[in-house]
Amino acid sequence: MTGGAGDGLYVAVDSPVHRLPAQVKLVALVGFVICVVSTPAHAFWAFGVYAGIVVALVMTAKLPAATVLRRMTVETPFVVFALLLPFVAAGPQVDVLGVSLSESGVLGAWNVLVKGTLGVVAAIVLSASTSPRDLLTGLERLRLPRTLVAILSFMIRYVSVVSGDLQRMRVARESRGYDGGSLGHLRAVAAGAGALFVRSYERGERVHLAMLARGYTGMMPSMARRQATAAEWRRGAGLVVVALLVAVAARVVGG
Amino acid sequence: MSKPAIEIERLAFAYPDGRQALFGVSFRIERGERVALLGPNGAGKTTLVLHLNGILGSVAGGAGTGRVRISGSDLHREHLAEVRRKVGLVFQDPDDQLFMPTVRDDVAFGPANLGLSGAELDERVHEALVAVGMQDHADIEPHHLSFGQRRRVAVATVLAMRPDVLVLDEPSSNLDPASRRELADILTGLDVTLLMITHDLPYALQLCERSLLMDGGRIVADGNTRDLLADADLMSAHRLELPYAFNPLSVPGPEHA
Repeated sequence: MTGGAGDGLYVAVDSPVHRLPAQVKLVALVGFVICVVSTPAHAFWAFGVYAGIVVALVMTAKLPAATVLRRMTVETPFVVFALLLPFVAAGPQVDVLGVSLSESGVLGAWNVLVKGTLGVVAAIVLSASTSPRDLLTGLERLRLPRTLVAILSFMIRYVSVVSGDLQRMRVARESRGYDGGSLGHLRAVAAGAGALFVRSYERGERVHLAMLARGYTGMMPSMARRQATAAEWRRGAGLVVVALLVAVAARVVGG
Repeated sequence: MSKPAIEIERLAFAYPDGRQALFGVSFRIERGERVALLGPNGAGKTTLVLHLNGILGSVAGGAGTGRVRISGSDLHREHLAEVRRKVGLVFQDPDDQLFMPTVRDDVAFGPANLGLSGAELDERVHEALVAVGMQDHADIEPHHLSFGQRRRVAVATVLAMRPDVLVLDEPSSNLDPASRRELADILTGLDVTLLMITHDLPYALQLCERSLLMDGGRIVADGNTRDLLADADLMSAHRLELPYAFNPLSVPGPEHA
C-alpha cells in the first residue's frame, strides 16, 4: 500500500556479494571500517587503496552507480561539518587561492570526509546486497540475542503498517480542512501522534495474541537456514586482511 | 465413537474491568462439522472463540467459570500447547497475524513452536501454502501481498499446525468479491472442523450447514443455517439483516455441494 516503506535498501540483482551470507558481510564491514578509521589521515596513498577496494566491491555487487551516489547523500551533514573545519580550526595558516585556511583544519576535513565516505559506501554495499531478512538471520548467526533480533524484525515488518496508519490519519485530518499551516494546529498533530501510539500499542497486543494462538512460548524460533561455509568466511576475511595490511603499512611507512 | 471437536458447558466470563461478556454459553460441535457463529457486534463472539484455545478464561488466569473441552480433553495449563495446535485461530486483521519478515517464516512460526525443524518443517510450510494456493509467494514480504492474499496466508499459518478445528474471525471481511469466492473455495476444500464468525450471512449459508446465533453473551439460536436465516422474527430481534433481495430459501447451500 505505502510502496517503498519497509522494502529496505535491497537492490535485487544476483552477484557474488549478494550470495555471500549476511554474517560474513557484517563482520567484513566492521573489520574494514575499523582498518580505515585507524589509518593516519596523512597516509594519502592508503586511502587510494581503500577507495579502490570499495569501488571494486560496488562493481562486483553490480550496483548501479547512480543508486550508490544518491544514497551517499546521507553523508551530507558530515560534509558540511568537514568543509567548515578549515575555516574555524586554529594553528598555522596556509593560503589557498587567496583564502587563509588552517593547516590542521584542512587535514581534519580530509580525515572526516575520506573516512566517512569510505564507511558510507561500504555500508551501502552491505545494505544494497542484503535483504532485511538476511541481515536479521546474519545477526542471529552472530549470536545477537534472539529478543533483539525479534524486535528488529517486528520493526521492519510493521514500519509500513504504522506509516500506513499515519498516512490515513493525515488524509482524514486534511479532508476535514486541516491545512498544516498555523501553530494552532499543532494540537491536532500531537493528538494524532497520541492516537497513533495507542493504535500501535493495541496492535502489539493483538499480534501477541496471534503469537500465543500459534504456540509462542516466549522464545522466537530460529530463522536462520544455513551456516556460512569456510570458503565464504575466507572470502570475507580476505577483504579485512587486505585492509589490515594497508592500515599497518600506513602506520609503519607513513604518508 | 468419536468425541466432539468442541464441547462447551455453561461458559461464563467477565473482563477484568467487570464487563460481563459471556453468560453461560453451552454447545457442542462434532468432528467435521462446519458451523457459522452469527450475531451483532458486541455479542461476545470473539470473546468466545478466544476461550477455545485458552487465551481467555480461567486457564489463562482470568475470571470465568464453565467448561471447555477440545476433542474430549479439558483445557489445562499443562497441555495448552497441544490445545493451541488443535485449535487454529485465524484473526480478522491479517496484519496482526503475519508478523514475520517473509511469508515462509510466518507459516513456519507455528510448526517451529511445535518443535519441527529442517526438512520436516519445510514440508509442512509447503503443504500449508499449497492448500491456500500461495506456494509461489513464499519468499515475499507480507506487506507486498494484496489483502486477499494476506488473508489466505493467515489461513496457511494456522493450517501448517495441522489443526483439528479451524476457527476464523470474519474471514470474508474487507475482501473483494473474487477474493471472497477464492477463500470460500479454499475453505470448502479443507478437511477440518470449521467454526466461522461472520456478518456475511450468504457466506455462512454457502459454507456452513449449521449456525449458532449469539446475542448479549448467550447462544440464542442453534440450528440449520437456512432455517435461521429464513426466520425473519428471529433475525430482526437480534439485529441481523440479509442483503438486499437475498432469499435464503432460493439459493443452494452446502447440502447441495
